[in-house]
Amino acid sequence: MKQQAVSFLITACLVLAAFAAAAPTVHSQQDLVADLSDHEIAITTGFTGAELLLFGAIEGEGQIVVTVTGPRQSMTVRRKQRVAGIWINTASMRFQNVPSFYAVAATGSLDDIDPDVRARQEMGLDHLSLRPVLRDRDTPQDEIKSFREGLIRNQVRHGLYAAGTGHISVLSERLFRTRVSFPANVVTGIYTVSVYYIRNGSPVHAQTTPLRVSKIGVGAYVFRFAHTNSAAYGVFAIVIAVLAGWLAAAIFRKV
Amino acid sequence: MHVYLPIAEISVNVFLVLGMGGMIGVLSGVFGVGGGFLMTPLLIFMGVPPAVSVATSANQIVASSVSGVIAHWRRGNVDLKMGLVLLVGGFFGSSAGVALFTLLRRFGQIDLVINLSYVVFLGTIGALMLHESVRAILRSRRPTARRVKLHQHNWLHGLPLKMRFRRSKLYISALLPLGIGFSVGILTALMGVGGGFVMVPAMIYLLGMPTSVVVGTSLFQIIFVTANVTFLQALNTQTVDVVLAITLLVGAVIGAQFGTQIGAKLKGEQLRSLLALMVLGVCIKLAVDLVVTPIDLYSVDLHVIHE
Repeated sequence: MKQQAVSFLITACLVLAAFAAAAPTVHSQQDLVADLSDHEIAITTGFTGAELLLFGAIEGEGQIVVTVTGPRQSMTVRRKQRVAGIWINTASMRFQNVPSFYAVAATGSLDDIDPDVRARQEMGLDHLSLRPVLRDRDTPQDEIKSFREGLIRNQVRHGLYAAGTGHISVLSERLFRTRVSFPANVVTGIYTVSVYYIRNGSPVHAQTTPLRVSKIGVGAYVFRFAHTNSAAYGVFAIVIAVLAGWLAAAIFRKV
Repeated sequence: MHVYLPIAEISVNVFLVLGMGGMIGVLSGVFGVGGGFLMTPLLIFMGVPPAVSVATSANQIVASSVSGVIAHWRRGNVDLKMGLVLLVGGFFGSSAGVALFTLLRRFGQIDLVINLSYVVFLGTIGALMLHESVRAILRSRRPTARRVKLHQHNWLHGLPLKMRFRRSKLYISALLPLGIGFSVGILTALMGVGGGFVMVPAMIYLLGMPTSVVVGTSLFQIIFVTANVTFLQALNTQTVDVVLAITLLVGAVIGAQFGTQIGAKLKGEQLRSLLALMVLGVCIKLAVDLVVTPIDLYSVDLHVIHE
């Protein structure tokens, strides 16, 4: 609790500092100010996940919604069926532009927000725009729905989609902050952190901050090597293994 | 202490991986097998993607086979000519295997094929080994043991393209070792195993090679077949994780030290029945996974876009 209070104080100071910096425009239309504790997540050799703090201030009454979306990828969802006693992948559906990471946090309930707004801004797992690439135009809606739900369930299980809506704490109806945690298996790339300030069910202000997730150090080097110069990497892997094996044999002989 | 595996893209406990490598090392020391058939399933149980497990195991086996073959080479237990013929077969087999692997992966069936191959091979080999070793234990209790012939002649010896293998004291068709090399090569690519557990019995029972040169020759050709698989997987699927392979190897080197000492204290038949039970155990675990209803019928494949 004490630690939380201290970090809240720091947040408050940071926000005040932000206001001070923006002093000449304080009285203009600046109803929403927000920032992240860090704009870069570095995946180092010892990476086990990260947690970021998003903080800011609002002017006046309203609801705040924060969404974090990872780089978009295409994904294939497969469904198993029991064939002769064994579970086999028998059906699949491909989705395009699927966020590789997703988290949402809000003050109050997301249900108070206009459904069109939620769909447009992807507020909540059930409002993510997951579009299937259909080979058969007559694919029933139920089928699409169950594949869609399967995709979300898998992502939640792997910690890549946050289950439910996160909490945003608000201090004296002005300062707010929330935490976003990223698991160790996050995808690298540019993430989008969006903060919406909502009055009467529709957004009056929005702010978007990019967040970069990148590999650094030895891991990054190995990954880049493996993907950009695959043949040389293959040879390198073999040479390393042969040397290691030879070294091991040499040690064995001495013992 | 955690380490982030750059290719598998997961974070694992270093000591868990070292321990696993160590356990495989102990096994290889005790039983004289590569242990790839246990390594791949254990990596998968740990959360490493199956494709990365298979490719990385192949890379690790290159190292363990190199250190294994050196001792056999010094004692002259490698039939170079036989090894090269097996290798030609193995080279084509493993190349075909990697192509098949890539294809199956695209159709989302690779996990199933890996699992099924394991169940079939581990089940068959485990059962055969258990049967044989139990019989040997029973026979050793009765003093009047019959002397069995070195190898029987059958239709396999009537095949064309006869070749002389001096070290193995054999005059057989080159098609036999080529075929064996080819089949084991496919297994190496699909299952991430050296294939010693298939190769060794095949060399003894099908080719009739003397036991003394079997292990050395098998290790010799495994080096090149696994190296070929490592290269092709790195090129086609980018699934070879060097960091994981090295960590496993360090554990395996240390483990093998203890394994050899333990192995020296146990009798051959007891060793074989122990190994057979272990092989059957992994087989049963994998078979159960195939049959039991999965936690989620839906699964997701990523099409990773590279920076």
